[in-house]
Amino acid sequence: MTSKTPRSTTLNRRSLIAGGAAIAAAPFSFHTARAQEPTIKIGFPVPLTGPYGAEAQDQVRAAEVAIAEFNAGGGLGGRKAELLVRDDKLNPGEAATRALELIENDKANFIVGSLSAAVQLAINNVTKQRGVIFNSISQSDAINEVADFSKYTFHEALTPHLTAGAVGRYAFSKFGKKVAFLTADYAYGHEMVRGFQEAGKGMGVEVLGDIRHPIGATDFSTLLPRLQSMKPDILVINNFGRDQQIALKQATDFGLKKTTKIVVPIMLFTGRQSAGLAAFDGVVGGTSYYWGIEDQLPSAKSFNDQFRKMHGGRVPSDYGAMGYAGVRTVLQAVKNAGTVDTDKVITALEGLKYDYYKGPQYFRKCDHQSVQSVMIIECKTKDMRNEADVFQVVANEAPNEANLRSCEALGHKA
Amino acid sequence: MAGLTLDLIGLQLFAGVALGAVYVLLAIGLSLIFGMLTVVNFAHGAFYMLGAYVGLWLMAHGGNFWLCLVLVPLVVGGIGLAVERVLIRPLYGRGIDYPLLLTFGLSYIIVELVRITFGKAGFPFDTPEVLQGAVDIGVGFFPLYRLFVIAATAVILFGLWLFLERTSFGLIIRAGARDPLIVRVLGVNVSKVWLIVFGMGTAIAAFAGLLAAPLQGVIPEMGGTILAEAFVVTVVGGMGSLLGAVLAGILVGVVVSMTSLFAPEMAKVAIFALMALVLLIRPQGFFGRAGLMS
Amino acid sequence: MATDLAFEATRQPSPLLLWATRHRVALASLFLLLFPLVMPFKALAVMILIYGLYALGFNLLFGYLGLLSFGHSALFGAGAYLCGIAIVHFGWPWYLAIGLGLLAGMVVALVIGALAIRTRGIYFAMVTMALSQCVYYLFYQAVDLTGGENGLRGVNLKTVNLLGFEVDFLNPLSRYYIICGFVIAALWVLSRILASPFGAVIEAVRENEARARASGYDVMLVRLLTFVLSGAFCGLAGALLALHLSTVPIETMHYETSGLAVMMCLLGGMGTFFGPFIGAAIFLLLENLVSVWTSHWQLFVGLAFMVCVLFFPRGIWGTLMERMKA
Repeated sequence: MTSKTPRSTTLNRRSLIAGGAAIAAAPFSFHTARAQEPTIKIGFPVPLTGPYGAEAQDQVRAAEVAIAEFNAGGGLGGRKAELLVRDDKLNPGEAATRALELIENDKANFIVGSLSAAVQLAINNVTKQRGVIFNSISQSDAINEVADFSKYTFHEALTPHLTAGAVGRYAFSKFGKKVAFLTADYAYGHEMVRGFQEAGKGMGVEVLGDIRHPIGATDFSTLLPRLQSMKPDILVINNFGRDQQIALKQATDFGLKKTTKIVVPIMLFTGRQSAGLAAFDGVVGGTSYYWGIEDQLPSAKSFNDQFRKMHGGRVPSDYGAMGYAGVRTVLQAVKNAGTVDTDKVITALEGLKYDYYKGPQYFRKCDHQSVQSVMIIECKTKDMRNEADVFQVVANEAPNEANLRSCEALGHKA
Repeated sequence: MAGLTLDLIGLQLFAGVALGAVYVLLAIGLSLIFGMLTVVNFAHGAFYMLGAYVGLWLMAHGGNFWLCLVLVPLVVGGIGLAVERVLIRPLYGRGIDYPLLLTFGLSYIIVELVRITFGKAGFPFDTPEVLQGAVDIGVGFFPLYRLFVIAATAVILFGLWLFLERTSFGLIIRAGARDPLIVRVLGVNVSKVWLIVFGMGTAIAAFAGLLAAPLQGVIPEMGGTILAEAFVVTVVGGMGSLLGAVLAGILVGVVVSMTSLFAPEMAKVAIFALMALVLLIRPQGFFGRAGLMS
Repeated sequence: MATDLAFEATRQPSPLLLWATRHRVALASLFLLLFPLVMPFKALAVMILIYGLYALGFNLLFGYLGLLSFGHSALFGAGAYLCGIAIVHFGWPWYLAIGLGLLAGMVVALVIGALAIRTRGIYFAMVTMALSQCVYYLFYQAVDLTGGENGLRGVNLKTVNLLGFEVDFLNPLSRYYIICGFVIAALWVLSRILASPFGAVIEAVRENEARARASGYDVMLVRLLTFVLSGAFCGLAGALLALHLSTVPIETMHYETSGLAVMMCLLGGMGTFFGPFIGAAIFLLLENLVSVWTSHWQLFVGLAFMVCVLFFPRGIWGTLMERMKA
């Protein structure tokens, strides 16, 4: 079950030598003479160790596809791109240190990455102080807000507000109006609740209760009876990753699915594979990408095929695909601008209209948020083409700025 | 609070006891090992996790759940025996900190080895078919498997009690927990006793891990947080006291469960607050030996 | 342990060791000043400085007094958060913010210490862990002040005005030396404490508590005072962390960070002056460099740790010190 990533693109030879010498404490100084034009370096901090290692490795694979495409297409007038992968261990302090090293030591031109709100905010704080473009590929509402935002900040991933809103709009119209929430008690959970409540406002939704659980909880048996007694039509489980897997498993054990429709904002591809069908069966969730749409969407097919070719027939996961888009948008902007100069690349990114894997996207001007579609998915229980065909897309909400939090609400002046 | 009925409270209590059952099993192992060897076993969570993974492996290779219940403690207990013999024995006499720190490092290693062997992502663990579903326990529907966990824990406790009270080896253990020096003076081969006790403690931890697997699936990190909670239980009950471990385990489970009713986001910190409170009033826990210092 | 040291008292330290001990602050400072020149990763070098100071503060309580605490992350985190809050929410200048962080470490140490010192041994470790988790929870929930799980962002320091000179804090080398200045000052203070009569009392209490009490020392007060001093160092380290990362992650206060202090101290050598720094350096270098080669770095760190416990109970530095005795 372990997968080995090809390490050739992830090892920075300079850091290897430097590290070894540091241990020996010999007073070397390292200026390995690089001939000709330097590569365009993209720093890529992701949590290779920790609970999301699988997602992170997929993000690395997808990013490698973007780099290979760019280089195969001639790069920037012959100048190639290079991916500097670093392990941030899902720890904001580590991530900030990695970002500092990437900028100061490795002279990275751009940074793409992160998989957690806290981590991306920490990296963003470092990059914006030093004027380096950062394209974040995981969820957060806070990164668009004026306090954290800077012109160097870009956000390829979905926001909790957008995701929850899309799922809410779908679910509330189909399954009922009496809603209960089981929410992880941290920013992400609260942001999801806010998204659902906004979506439900115009639809006559009645919120029966919102029970908060500590993040990392492994036992929901003390919360489920109370939720059951509320008798909701819909139970929205606002958490992520392992928390969600366990919550769904235990909710199934308690027989909740017999009386209530369970809805989650994000249903992870790797989560479904790791937790099995029983837990996820009958659950409706949202996602940024599912490879199965390749039948309808040519750009998805093209991306999937490239991924398959480079990685032995695998298909990309949802978070993985964002690794691809995060890197490709930056490189495309570099190409369009004809330079790696930060301000010119920013302008190019702001003007970019693209369709790399999931349909049309563009970055909103006020907060550099990528305006994109949200897919609503359910588990497949039959007609699965292969092991990876676990979801079916039941709805696809088209990109619409109105579904995002407004620029004013985020604190940006017009 | 809307909807707070007696039924709901009853259901919460049951959930609390079921939760406490796993804590009790872990705390007993920790208490046994500390009481006899004066070793704080920081790798206990890792053994718990090992139990779940060994169970997973056995199930995948054609075993059935009932067979696993017997095999898993034996296998992991065996590993525990090896660990005690090779790693911990050299450290006796050096002070309480060393075995603690060694088991700390050991837990890192065990977790990483499991990650390497089984992968990082974790696996689902299906509840055995005959134990699936929920039963009406009077106050509402409660998962059958959780009732089984309570029952299994009770069986282990009873077995342990029989062992300690009715066998001569159990007598040695009880004596050793009270006063290790005298037991040695009396000519008992203490190292062999310690070896077996460590094996027993880790075997019980593995059993707990196997029981917990259908509740939450298995991941390599599953031993981490539960260890902290297990320590709370052990300390509240008093290190070295088995009765304390049982009572404290149930108490902590119920506290978590009841806190979840009123302020669920505080459930985790409630455990720590409880521990702080108990220790400040009674520094050795409920039944711990006063003056048990490093 | 008592018999070990009684034997040790009869061993003569070599003249070199005596000289080194007398000039320990100067030597340590020299090492720290030259350190970034051999380390290609300046950001990592700063982390070693900061965590070294943190381990040093922890060592005062654990190595010198013999009290194992699992709650030091609360002191470290309080220092970091209060420094950050002072800059982000109150707009204080950086030197006042550092001072506030240092003070915060002492105050939290006072509160936790006052409650915990009534217990001993493993119970002390558990109470400190429990209390620090309560502090963690408080800071986690105070989202408006601390940012909660997202961490406190915006602890931005661009330039530092030192005696009229404008130093660019964003430059990695200058940042290192500014932080190094604080660490060296802390080292000097620690050396004075250890060399003072109070330092002798601390070690007396560790060696034989009953005897120290019989000699007329108020053991409880000694413990509390040492805890508070330890809090000062850890709080300072936290404040410097906040400035270096320009964010304060909530993980700074989690009990895993307490565990880090224990590991670093043990790796380096408890009860030695410079050991914690070496321990911090070894741990961080191991962790960061091994993770370049393999994502299974935890295996190697765990192994290194176990090897140390089994074969180098005095830690790497401590064992070196031992060898230097006749």
